[in-house]
Amino acid sequence: MSSIFSSVPTAPPDAILGLTAQFRADPDPRKVNLGVGAFRTSSNKPYVLPVVRRVEQQLADDPSATHEYLPQDGLQSFCDASARLILGADSPALADGRVTTVQALSGTGALRVGFAFVANFISSSTSVYVPKQTWSNHRNVIPAAGLPRALEYRYLDPRTGAVDIAALVEDLDKAPAGSIILLHGCAHNPTGADPTQPQWLQILDVVKRRKLVPFFDNAYQGFASGSLETDAWSVRTFVAAGLDMLVAQSYAKNMGMYGERVGALSVVASSAGAEDAVRSQLKATIRAMYSSPPKHGAMVAAAILGDEKLFAEWEGELVKMSARIMDMRVKLKAALEKNATPGNWDRITSQIGMFSYTGLTSQQVTFMREKYHVYMTANGRISMAGLTDDTVQYVADAMKDAVESVVKQD
Amino acid sequence: MFRQTLFRHLSRPLPRLLSTQPSAAFAPAAPTSRFAGVPQGPEDAILGVTVAFNADPNPNKINLGVGAYRDDVGLPFVLSPVREAERRIVHAQHHMEYLPVAGSRTFVDKAIRLAYGEHNHHVKTGQVASMQTLSGTGACRMAGVLIQRFLPALDDGPRDESPLVLLPNPSWANHAAIFRDSGCTVGQYKYYDPATKSLDFEGCVSSLEDAPDGSVVLLHACAHNPTGVDPTPEQWAKLSAVLKEKRHQPFFDMAYQGFTSGDMEVDAASVRRFVDDGHRIVLAQSFSKNFGLYGQRVGCLSVLTDSQEEALAVDSQLKIIARPMYSNPPIAGVRIVEEVLSDPELERQWRMEMKGMAERIISMRTMLKGYLEELGSVQNWDHITNQNGMFCFSGISKEQVAKLRDEHSVYLTENGRISMAGVTSQNVGYLANAVHKVTM
Repeated sequence: MSSIFSSVPTAPPDAILGLTAQFRADPDPRKVNLGVGAFRTSSNKPYVLPVVRRVEQQLADDPSATHEYLPQDGLQSFCDASARLILGADSPALADGRVTTVQALSGTGALRVGFAFVANFISSSTSVYVPKQTWSNHRNVIPAAGLPRALEYRYLDPRTGAVDIAALVEDLDKAPAGSIILLHGCAHNPTGADPTQPQWLQILDVVKRRKLVPFFDNAYQGFASGSLETDAWSVRTFVAAGLDMLVAQSYAKNMGMYGERVGALSVVASSAGAEDAVRSQLKATIRAMYSSPPKHGAMVAAAILGDEKLFAEWEGELVKMSARIMDMRVKLKAALEKNATPGNWDRITSQIGMFSYTGLTSQQVTFMREKYHVYMTANGRISMAGLTDDTVQYVADAMKDAVESVVKQD
Repeated sequence: MFRQTLFRHLSRPLPRLLSTQPSAAFAPAAPTSRFAGVPQGPEDAILGVTVAFNADPNPNKINLGVGAYRDDVGLPFVLSPVREAERRIVHAQHHMEYLPVAGSRTFVDKAIRLAYGEHNHHVKTGQVASMQTLSGTGACRMAGVLIQRFLPALDDGPRDESPLVLLPNPSWANHAAIFRDSGCTVGQYKYYDPATKSLDFEGCVSSLEDAPDGSVVLLHACAHNPTGVDPTPEQWAKLSAVLKEKRHQPFFDMAYQGFTSGDMEVDAASVRRFVDDGHRIVLAQSFSKNFGLYGQRVGCLSVLTDSQEEALAVDSQLKIIARPMYSNPPIAGVRIVEEVLSDPELERQWRMEMKGMAERIISMRTMLKGYLEELGSVQNWDHITNQNGMFCFSGISKEQVAKLRDEHSVYLTENGRISMAGVTSQNVGYLANAVHKVTM
């Protein structure tokens, strides 16, 4: 008998992950990986937060610890603490009991369960709008969840490297009522360009006016500015307006728990009463995907979120990680100005979070990879975490050569 | 609680209004949320049993709804090589970087060797597509979507956009939901015979023969959930021949390898028989029970192919399915399995303690049946020891289940399914007595 899958076509490799594979295979000693968004220390090493290590040791030493199944909606102490973290412990939505929070498989899983919930229980023809520049996997999750392919709203002004708020609002003004609007809570991926607070209020305005449903993707709370409160401002402002909304959280970057897949999805309802029904359906969606979420990462996160001392220690780590990123931004900008690379490089320091949209074209990106073995995604996005004091000047010099040698084409 | 607060607020007298409809002012606020219309999902039967059990003050109460192994004093059991592996892992201070989309290659290689054997041709020549999954559920879901997207038509003609997946009647309650959410059509084939509390083999064969050619047929490799009824080796051989003749696609769900008889090779016999017969099987593996890693979600999906190229193509499509669902799978559980299987002494301990779990379950079956016979029960309880694995389809009726609960504080699901993990040498006598009383 032959396999039924004998005519399955080979799918194209994932853009970002394919880059990492290419980087690994590159033997050139000068190579620099500005691709995948995982934090690296100033010695270019992966970083496990000491507070995370300490909690893991506690768990391993605890004779009463087991590997029993979590419920479908995950570890309750983690879910409750996670909701308080993003919404604020004094959130009116929490006080009203209008929030349903379930554990999810990091940010991707939270988005997927959230969109599947919308498809199955609101409408499978709900329009979803994503920023024109957005994490590439957003556009995969939405149709996989059973919704139509995502539409776009304009986001970045390529001339300034900042948000083009007029265009953004203009586009949202055309969205049908009930459309989902995907918003990055902070540290926009891939551009690093976040709305200012007044601009957030303008977005809130059009969302209210057009009766749109925000879906916040929070992958960097605390990691962007170093402050958990500051980085949650956008979400909390929208919640305070009393809207229906969805909120995804990831602990991959801010707790460094990438591979543990720790995340949460909160469904915030504008009126109370639906929480039990919402929870039951989220659980049903989860049950048919993976039954229940993994325990280890959630136990670690719950311990940190639930203990004052551990929490304070974690806050200190966030300050350190975000400071290193900002330090690299400052140094890269200085290096680009020092070697007189053509262009205005203010955006390197005005953008925030792990990523920066350099404005390099795909041809320039290819040039940098082939000549200098500097790796970034084709859209010119660099991960600041991939830079160190040793490589900043080299990367700046490579960028200068790219900008001068390769005529902008894209 | 918050709803009460809201209504208390609304029931306070409002200032006099000029409105001619004062009653409207006291009506509770109409829900404004778009989520207000979401219907309540169905109750979880097993959860209901657990809730009722927990609330019962009777010191003799027994929970036969538990879906995880319990030791002889009713406690969860963490295998000692698993504990040791965890200590070593923490000591080694590994990073927590993302796994690849398809998970840990090291783990997957070990998993498929455990399933197919060290000398399997497909494994040795790379003619198997495989990925780490979120336990057995995740493997079934990945496979369900793969089947929905790529199962070709048998002969010329358009392919079915919602391919038929046949489940045994009964099957694990979640199977139907998984395959429906995958976009497949779910059907059934005859399996359990309530009259004999064993396999309705003739019915099984004829329903598979009546099904459309090229159907996907889900088979429980061992320790059928929920009945515990497994085909004999001869019956497996016959089923293999029937599936070959009908060009059905075998899909094995193996959640209890090693946990059933205590021996990994013995429990994989059905899978290996089909592979030897030339079927290109799909296999979902769970490490929840055999490693006791339940909540860490450790599993593997494999698909036998005709070439390496085909395996790579299928691998690439599996990644396309996984990335928009969870991006990459969790790392903690597979690290434990890798640690255990990379140390001969830890592996030896694992096999020994896994055997211990299986033997305890088997001895509880023997004791329960023995006590029932000693008590003079006129019912035939052979099925208790004929059935395999964690579950026993007792044949106890719905009314008898209610009596067990109400009069004896013995808790099990309405279908009469007993989780033998809930039986201990301390409570088996009480249990036998209770069962005897309600079935006299």
